[in-house]
Amino acid sequence: MVDAYIVRKRGYFGQFGGQYVPETLMPALHELEAAYEEAKEDPAFLEELESYYRHYGGRPTPLYLARRLTDHIGGAQIYLKREDLCHGGAHKFNNVMGQALLARRMGKKRVIAETGAGQHGVATAMVGAVLGLPVEVYMGAADMQRQSLNVFRMRLLGATVHRVEQGSRTLKDAINEALRDWVTNVENTYYLLGSVVGPHPYPTIVRDFQSVIGREIREQSLERNGRLPDLLVACVGGGSNAMGTFAPFLDDERVELLGVEAGGRGMSPGEHSASLTGGRPGVLHGARSYVLQDDDGQVLETHSISAGLDYPGVGPQLSALKDIKRASFVAVTDKQALEGFHALATYEGILPALEPAHAVFVAMQKAREMKRDEVVVVTVSGRGDKDMATVADSMGVKV
Amino acid sequence: MAGDPDLRMTESLATACEAGGADLLELGIPFSDPIADGPEIQEAGQRALRAGTRPRDVIGLAARIRQETEIPLVLMTYMNPVLAMGLPTFAERAASAGVDGVVVPDLSLEASPEIREPLDAHGVDMIQLVAPSTPPTRAAAIADASRGFLYVVARYGTTGARSSLPEDLRGRIAALHRVSSLPLGVGFGVTTGAHVRAVAAAGADGVVVGSSIVRRAAERRDPEDLRKFVAELATGLAVERTTSSISSSKR
Repeated sequence: MVDAYIVRKRGYFGQFGGQYVPETLMPALHELEAAYEEAKEDPAFLEELESYYRHYGGRPTPLYLARRLTDHIGGAQIYLKREDLCHGGAHKFNNVMGQALLARRMGKKRVIAETGAGQHGVATAMVGAVLGLPVEVYMGAADMQRQSLNVFRMRLLGATVHRVEQGSRTLKDAINEALRDWVTNVENTYYLLGSVVGPHPYPTIVRDFQSVIGREIREQSLERNGRLPDLLVACVGGGSNAMGTFAPFLDDERVELLGVEAGGRGMSPGEHSASLTGGRPGVLHGARSYVLQDDDGQVLETHSISAGLDYPGVGPQLSALKDIKRASFVAVTDKQALEGFHALATYEGILPALEPAHAVFVAMQKAREMKRDEVVVVTVSGRGDKDMATVADSMGVKV
Repeated sequence: MAGDPDLRMTESLATACEAGGADLLELGIPFSDPIADGPEIQEAGQRALRAGTRPRDVIGLAARIRQETEIPLVLMTYMNPVLAMGLPTFAERAASAGVDGVVVPDLSLEASPEIREPLDAHGVDMIQLVAPSTPPTRAAAIADASRGFLYVVARYGTTGARSSLPEDLRGRIAALHRVSSLPLGVGFGVTTGAHVRAVAAAGADGVVVGSSIVRRAAERRDPEDLRKFVAELATGLAVERTTSSISSSKR
């Protein structure tokens, strides 16, 4: 195994990861790590998670051969991993279900979470309701305005939503505020982090729960084609669906891994959210990873048409996979993402979220250069209902 | 917070703190995402950043203050600005400015060697924090790693003004004295003169007041007012109970 694949003693992947948090949180991180190590070896825990995945979440999700899109492109076969069909409409479910069960097992009486676009907040509210755990969600004031429907959804599901007025009033500030809440209430509170970011052990825990995506792709590919795919493509914001897609294939060197970041309006500072493509190593939200920052280490504001990718950091393991070149990363613009969106709508009757629309665009590009007997799998991490206003706006249509 | 509203005013305010009876000055280098700080210091940092304050300018300010006084100077900032400057460069610049110590609240004990080593090499103290949640054996390890003094976080939560002090503080301070010979500087939520005296009476060697000084300075922008405010905070403290023993011994 290459260094970057495994969590070293102190939670590093190569030079990335670690625990850069106030001391008050360190004992809680140790407690979380111990509880998780125990839970993942406990058949009863895994069985309950599996049962929720299957009967509540709708897993396994299909691996679907996109025939018309493939014919339209005229290259490699394009398969879609349909995480958009997961309960809640996104892959977020896989992680929140696992962590909520862990929180209950640890005896925590209160769950907090951050959210950007609101997808992770809605997913956390959902599992809070099904397990009877009270949920409080931090959300930037700017995001609350842009995503008022998701605020309403969270409230319908019984969660309390806290408005964050600090800083840029977006996802990174919501994480800051959730961490401040956790520092204050760490004794009774579980912080349910939504991506493969943050201090160790979160990047590992979230990756493991999301790895169900890649495990299913593996099984379904072997069953359908008798072999593994040639290329896996997934979008990267914090990186949880990408890490979940890639993790079970890290040792299969012949399977190419490609992460797609949000290139926004272009690669000048503040115009995009492509941390791996345009950032440099730093420390944000408790871990060392690629960060979009200025010369002084001040974290930059970001832009993407898809709120779920609009984040200046990225998971430490993805950072390490970039450095050892096991995975590669590209950025595509808002406009290209919209092309991917329309292609899937036109040829497959699927309205993807704008986040995976980035990955769809790149999958089409790559498939065009590949042979007909080769296989590309793109993870469609969520459905597009939440993005209808944005898409309409981009077309100059009023809905 | 250095640079709130500008560095020239910060210099006057720092001088006023010393005149008011402070035995050690902590200068904040603003960071965009200060997860350990409450609203007062967050907002001060945002104002300083909007005013264009850069980490190297704050170190320059420390050097100017050092020209005028022997008071111990401590820089407080987060890991990312330090990494962005480069650890050896940061250590070297801090040392040549006459800075005595550095506090980085998002630096865990586990991650601390990478920054402590270059600071040690330049004779600058890497001051570690110990929290209410820290178990005793870990507290001893943190004390071993800390230089200058041990920064005792008085309460769960972020920095910021509070109405009362936690009840278990005296017991925690006594326990920390048993595992470490370092002076103990106690902060987080220490807001009023009464708090300062209570923390000193609980056995602290030094009392750290941050947010209420930052807020007062931002509201009045008046060095003379701040001098009086600090003097009120320090009223009734015997000299040997204050921070004068901390960190300055090596110069």
